[in-house]
Amino acid sequence: MSEIDLKNLTIRKALQSMEGGDYSAEDLTRAYLDNIKSKNAELNAYLRVFDDAIDEARKIDEKRKKGEKLGKLAGIPIAIKDVIMVKGSEITGGSKILKGHIATYDATCVAKLRAEDAVFLGITNTDEFAMGSSTENSAYGPSKNPIDSSRVPGGSSGGSASALAADMCLVALGTETGGSVRQPAAFCGLVGLKPSYGAVSRYGLLALCSSFDQVGIFSKSVEDSQTVFDIIAGEDSLDSTSVDYNAKRKTQNAKPKNKTKIGVPKLDFTGIDKRVVENFENQIKKAKELGFEVVEVELPNIKYSIPTYYIILPAEASANLARYDGIRYGARVEGDNLLAEYVNSKGQGYGKEPRRRIILGTYVLSAGYYDAYYGTAMRVRELIKNDFDNAFKQVDAIIMPTTPGPAFKLGTKSLRSPLEMYLEDIFTAPANIAGICGVSVPSGSVEDGGKELPLGLQIIADKGREDICFEIGKRFVGELQ
Amino acid sequence: MISKEEVGKLAGLARIQMADEELEALRGELDQIVEFVSQVQKADVSSVPELPMPEHRNVWREDGIPHETGVYTDSIVANFPDKKGDYLRVKKILDNK
Repeated sequence: MSEIDLKNLTIRKALQSMEGGDYSAEDLTRAYLDNIKSKNAELNAYLRVFDDAIDEARKIDEKRKKGEKLGKLAGIPIAIKDVIMVKGSEITGGSKILKGHIATYDATCVAKLRAEDAVFLGITNTDEFAMGSSTENSAYGPSKNPIDSSRVPGGSSGGSASALAADMCLVALGTETGGSVRQPAAFCGLVGLKPSYGAVSRYGLLALCSSFDQVGIFSKSVEDSQTVFDIIAGEDSLDSTSVDYNAKRKTQNAKPKNKTKIGVPKLDFTGIDKRVVENFENQIKKAKELGFEVVEVELPNIKYSIPTYYIILPAEASANLARYDGIRYGARVEGDNLLAEYVNSKGQGYGKEPRRRIILGTYVLSAGYYDAYYGTAMRVRELIKNDFDNAFKQVDAIIMPTTPGPAFKLGTKSLRSPLEMYLEDIFTAPANIAGICGVSVPSGSVEDGGKELPLGLQIIADKGREDICFEIGKRFVGELQ
Repeated sequence: MISKEEVGKLAGLARIQMADEELEALRGELDQIVEFVSQVQKADVSSVPELPMPEHRNVWREDGIPHETGVYTDSIVANFPDKKGDYLRVKKILDNK
């Protein structure tokens, strides 16, 4: 067997090679495990690697040999973020408070991948309870960016991005609340999809902000993203917010228009890295060259996205995280009485960022402040949704930069101020607030300190229109002519 | 300005033990963040009802047996921080004194 070219591998190529007998699922899994062995100590992308991955791969090979019917991802090695449950494996959400907790069932998205014969390699690092944009908030140390290990891979799904960019898996799942897949994808030169709210079941996820949370996908090609999305998407009786958008689209009889129209919003680029602005201008030119009709769109209220997001998110998080109290699971810290045990378990179990957001959430929900903050933010959220609704009456998709800059150095933003880190979400949070979908595709790079740091272009489409994101994304990266 | 006592009260409500220095540091950070998020008050929300109804509604289902009884018991019990047999052990809630 010749060495497998993991760098340029896609799901389609891997399936063809395994089908054609160039290499087995075991060979492929071993190639990734070898990379994990040599690279993970430095990158800290994986928190846990599954001992049984090779056995799982062998089972696929045997099935193939016997001519049994194989799933659509037979032998494809996948990494899973540490907020998504894989039955029998420890799940911590990057937090000490859940150390040692063993998942009692598979998340629906994991079960769906398993049913298609995917091979799970392990669990990847995350900011604590997915709160952060760099993985520096993980209780288990930060992950590093494989392109420049002095820089962050982004976050919160930074472990998944780092694992994929370093060829330690072929596809990875992450989760999004305000950009936690698209931002690390941009930082690591990958494709990152945030599906529409409700498109993928969240059963089996640790909840952060239930009205924003979605499962997302990291891949090296837009086609891979689509392949995985088609498998994990769909209504699930175990997640009451899940929607079968496919069926919905069919009944609405959404016809593709003759010429795809792309909207470019007027954005305030104050404080945004000049190289990002320049890169984005080039992408607008590229859109025209690709034959898209490009028009300006108005999104007058997206300037309120970050303030809105950082009210609603802490409010919901403060309620969602109340369950981690050391009583039924996780780390319990002894105390003289029950109250002391709660207070001690939470006091010692939570890191800085969850504490900050829980207190902030408790504050914006408290009597006397509720209307001024939470009540108002809920109404502004409607304004932002309306902005997008109006825009999608004129255009099929909207493009924006994914991040305000390329990957930053470890220990820079995290040490300065929480607000600076929050502003990382400036271009990504609007899609979460509006519940629509977005994909980040690589849009070139900028040279910095001798390294080529990738940037991302974000393609945003209306609820349930991931198909538009994929089609436009493919054109931008050259997968479709 | 959020006072240290206020932060202490919030920490108490959230059941999180915090040392004095942490309350102090958090007070400053909260001030900054709250000032920043106050921007939402500049938006003209007069066109939106006070309690906007979300598009997603709760979905009801008939009561039924979701899975075979007991299939998760062992794995759930194994996650208990403290137990006696299959019972979760916690500190006494009511005081007999």
